[in-house]
This record gives sequence, C-alpha cells and structure tokens, in this order.
Amino acid sequence: MEAKTLFDKIWDSHVVRQIEGGPDVLYIDRHYIHEVTSPQAFNGLNDRSISVFRPEKTLATADHNIPTLNQNQEIKDELSRNQVRKLEENCSKYGIELFGIGHPNNGIVHVIGPELGKTLPGMTIVCGDSHTSTHGAFGTVAFGIGTSEVEMVLATQCIMQAKPARMRITVNGSLQKGVTAKDVIMYIISMVSASGATGYFVEYAGSVIRSLSMEARMTICNMSIEMGARGGLIAPDEITYEYLKGVPSLAGTFSSSGLPEKWNELKSDPNARFDRELEFTGDLINPMITYGTNPGMGMAVDGTIPDIDSADSEGEASFLKSLDYMGFKPGMKLLGHPVDYVFVGSCTNGRIEDLRAFTEMVKGRKKASNITALIVPGSKMVEKQAIREGLTEILKEAGFELRQPGCSSCLAMNEDKIPPGKYAVSTSNRNFEGRQGPGSKTLLASPLTAAAAAITGKITDPRDFIN
Amino acid sequence: MSKTKFDILRSTCVPLPYENVDTDQIIPARFLSATSREGFGENLFRDWRFSKSGAVNNDFILNNPEYSGSILVAGKNFGCGSSREHAVWAVFDYGFRAVVSSFFADIFKNNALNNGLLPVVIPEKDLVTLLSRITKDPEMLVSIDLHQQLLMAPAAGLSVWFEINPYKKECLLKGLDDIDYLLGIQNHIVDYEITTGK
Repeated sequence: MEAKTLFDKIWDSHVVRQIEGGPDVLYIDRHYIHEVTSPQAFNGLNDRSISVFRPEKTLATADHNIPTLNQNQEIKDELSRNQVRKLEENCSKYGIELFGIGHPNNGIVHVIGPELGKTLPGMTIVCGDSHTSTHGAFGTVAFGIGTSEVEMVLATQCIMQAKPARMRITVNGSLQKGVTAKDVIMYIISMVSASGATGYFVEYAGSVIRSLSMEARMTICNMSIEMGARGGLIAPDEITYEYLKGVPSLAGTFSSSGLPEKWNELKSDPNARFDRELEFTGDLINPMITYGTNPGMGMAVDGTIPDIDSADSEGEASFLKSLDYMGFKPGMKLLGHPVDYVFVGSCTNGRIEDLRAFTEMVKGRKKASNITALIVPGSKMVEKQAIREGLTEILKEAGFELRQPGCSSCLAMNEDKIPPGKYAVSTSNRNFEGRQGPGSKTLLASPLTAAAAAITGKITDPRDFIN
Repeated sequence: MSKTKFDILRSTCVPLPYENVDTDQIIPARFLSATSREGFGENLFRDWRFSKSGAVNNDFILNNPEYSGSILVAGKNFGCGSSREHAVWAVFDYGFRAVVSSFFADIFKNNALNNGLLPVVIPEKDLVTLLSRITKDPEMLVSIDLHQQLLMAPAAGLSVWFEINPYKKECLLKGLDDIDYLLGIQNHIVDYEITTGK
C-alpha cells in the first residue's frame, strides 16, 4: 500500500469520480453557509427549479453583516437587513438549520461549527468564506469556495476541485512566554509570503503544534489562506478528543474508552511523501506585528521594517505603495508608535481563550485614553462563558466593553469600521488596504499584543507585562 | 453559475503593475450586501478609483482614458485574500474578459473560470515585457486564443503559451456548467453515499 498523508486519505476517500484531465468530484460532509455568499447561490437553485440536495448536512449563520450592539433591534442598514432576511427566507424554504441573529448559538460560522460538534475529524468541509480552513484544526479537509461553488454544493453535495499538492510545515521546539499560536502562524506567513503556499494543502506538525489547545490550533489553521494555501490541517489526537468529549451536543458520542478506532488512520503514514516540507523552530518566534498591507508583511513586534531587496520593479512598487499607505518607512521600528483602535475578535482570535488572555493582561490596569476598543466574542456561547467566568466585570473595570458576536471590524461590513487614517491593532487575519474601513491602517497581532497596546496606547511588546 | 463562452479575444489592455492585488481592493466589503450578481462593475477598485469624498482619483490607471480594453494585465498573486466571487463579477461587469498575470490566487482563479473570465498565466519575464509594452503603447493589440492556449502580442514580439486545465478549457469553449454535469451524475453521488454510509 502506498504511504499516504492525512490530506490524501481524507481527499481520496471522498472522491466520487475522477474526471480525465479534470478536477475530482469531491463529496462534502459539511456545508456551512452565511448571509453574504449564499443569496446568489440560492437564486441559482430557484432559477433551475431544484432544491437543496442534503439540507441536513448544511448549517447556516448570520455573522458578517450584523451589528455587534443592540442585536435585539432591527438592523438599521436596509441592504444588510435585506441580506440577513434573505438568508432566513432561504433557510426556511429549503429546510436548512439556521443559527441566526438572536439564536442562543449564533456566532461567526467558524466559531460555532466546532462549538456545536458539527466539525468532526475526517470530514470534508466547505463554506463560502476563505477562513473555512479553520476547521482543519480537527483533522478535516476544509476550504473556502466561491458563490458558484456554494450553489454546486447546495444542489449536489459535491464540488469539483483539482487536488492540491501537499505541504508539511513542522514547528518544533517550544514557545517563549508571551508568544501565542497567532504569533506562530504570523511568523510562518512572514517566512513563506502571502503567495508562497498557493496550490498546496498544508499539514501542520511538530512539538509546538502538538502542544497547542484546539482553539490555538484553530487560530493556526484559520490563517492558512493568508499564505495562499488551499487549506491547512492538524491530525486529531488526545487534545482533539478531550475537546470533542466536552461538546454538549456530542454528549454520549465520544465514549470514555479512548480515541475512536478510526482515528488511528487519521494521521499521515510515517513514510508519506509531501511535495514540499518546511521546518521552523518555535523558540525563535517572537510576538509578531504586521507593518504592511498583506499578512506576509510581518515582523517581530520589536523588529525593524525591512528594506526591499527584490530585483523586480512590480515587487518594489507594491512594497513602497504598501508602506506609503501605512505611513511607514523601511528601517523604522514600530515599538512606541501610537495606536488609535484595538479590535479583539474574529474567527482567528474570538474564542474564550483569546478573551481570557486579553482580560488577564488588562486586569488591574486601565485602557489608555487614546484607545477606542472593540472587544467582540466569536459567538453567543463565548459571550455567555465570558460573563460566567467574570471576564466582563474585569474588562469593565479596566474600561472595556464586551460587545455581541459577529465578524465586526475584521472586514467592517457593518458599522464597526475603523475611521480613515486611524491605526488599529487587530487580532483578525487581514491587513489589506482599507480592510477595516476605507483609509484605515491595520496592524495584525495576537490578543496579548493587542492588550498591551490597549493599555499603553501605543505598540508595545506584551512580554513587558509578563513576569 | 455562468454559461458564458470564451474562445478568442482581441483587445487593447489595461496595465495594473502591482503585486498581491487582493479582493478587498477589487471589491470592498461594504459592497457585498447585494443579493444578486448584477451591478458590481461600478464598484470595481472603488477605493483606488475614487477618493473618500467621491472625487475621481486621476492617478489611478483605470481613470486614465488612454488605457482601455477587455484585458487586464496585473502583477503576481492577483485576487488573493477573501473568496468573494463578487470580485470576479466586478471585473467582468466592468468589461474585462481576461486577466493576465504570472500567478493567480487559487480561489479567485476558480471563481473566474466558473464565470467565463479567463485567467491567463504567463511567465514572469513575459509579464514584465507585456506590462512595459502596453504601458508605453496603449493602442497595442493583444490576442488571447483559448483553442491554442496562446497569448499573442505581435507588436511586442510575444507569443506565449499558457496552461489551462483541459476540462475547464472545454467548459469555457462550450459554455458548459459544472452544476449541469453534477446533476447528470446524481445517481453516482447517491451510490457513493450508500457505499460509504454517509
């Protein structure tokens, strides 16, 4: 038997048909949908007079376009209100379970899926959202798709995709204090570049990866797309098992007699071949920050913005345009640079461990007066847990308010926009020009680095606050 | 899904000499609230074409009347970032029918192929030559022949073969739709479900 990677095993076992010289027809176990990338797909079904093939394998939420305050009131913006209503109508019409605004389990699609036990090892998972790679943390082949492909999956529970090449990224060693999973993935992307993994599906391995909690693994897999990868996964293990055992809706599914037998197969064979392998040392990773306008333009928070040494003129033009947009120059240090906004949230860092980390650092301290903070839980479950654990009280004491769940400032489709010219330290996943609002300047970072900036009002090394 | 066909295109080009042009630039998030596929062209590169006050940004190449055409030529890693297919709809609705680069982000490439917008991948050195020539000579005509998988710019001495998946090529040439294909093999999908106990 040919040695296979975990990715190969999951992909190959889901191929319904291979097309000569063409893509594979891949069966999809779980289809997540949300209000922004689904309406045109449902219109397509309607135009063809066909129904959703497997509504029971489909799960919907409203997350991108909803407000994060006063969610009990009607959405003010007409187009947004209409879009959310369209999702409700479509889910009702086609029999799809909707965890919409107001539902006790509503939240960001890539946060609620795992919470509800809908993401399970060995699955193929798609969603009309590029951060679908998040679910790879459970040992799944999960990737983002466009609206036409959403329509394809709704109609046939299958998608046509060319099988990507296989990359393994191994991170061995250990992490310094103050260095989180977010810093690890930002470091990897800074080394690989925003396009370096295009055409590949990544498996993350190594002692650092193995040491991470499920939420931390989700942070890692979430940002796979930012280096161009199709997706990223981590083989399931004891940590995955313990997490799933604790999911309320899975009670009884995972017995106490240990890891399910089929998980023995859910790992790469020892002599499996990857098309490309990269290795990194955890000990060398520092708290990270981005200085440019793509996630690959990142450096240590106490680092110096590099000079471009690329020979090609487009590369140089883009690099300089990027720095110019940010108001930075090569050779500049960012430590001490004033900040205006801090955003904690998103499918990257909007879970309870992220809120705990932020809260722990600001505890007993005060928000800097020049900072406007948006602290957004990834879901109602996270919000409720934060309240239960007393995090909201500590945050309030320090001058922070916990909002209601949604994608919020990550892409600023709703009112949570960073104003033009303002600097925002953000725990989200993209720092493209205007991503968080036209003219806004995003600096990506971990919840700890965001907390440090929120206290001092400027870019600060979080290790300064850790004993 | 679209049944738009593509076979041969002959046009002048618009150069966009930047790398890593992401889909947030192509179509900012605030324009994604629409529930149909129409009208995205007017917001293509919105924040590059217009200033915050709505004034036309004359420095941006799409606002330079010297450059026009249905072929966009862009730096590498075009279409990176968000999976929003709206980016492809915006490019197509604006009037482009092909995008030429040395490298495309995966999801954008798939979305483009599913909408009859042809992503043409040529070697970096040829891209540099092409960008340089069309910038200097906006009237220069470029032909893209999907049958032969050739990009030709005779005035620049360029005749470059480009790769495209054979299945996707046939779909574009014939205006075929993936969903029609999948609906046609539905019994195979059901067989798969039964065999695997899904």
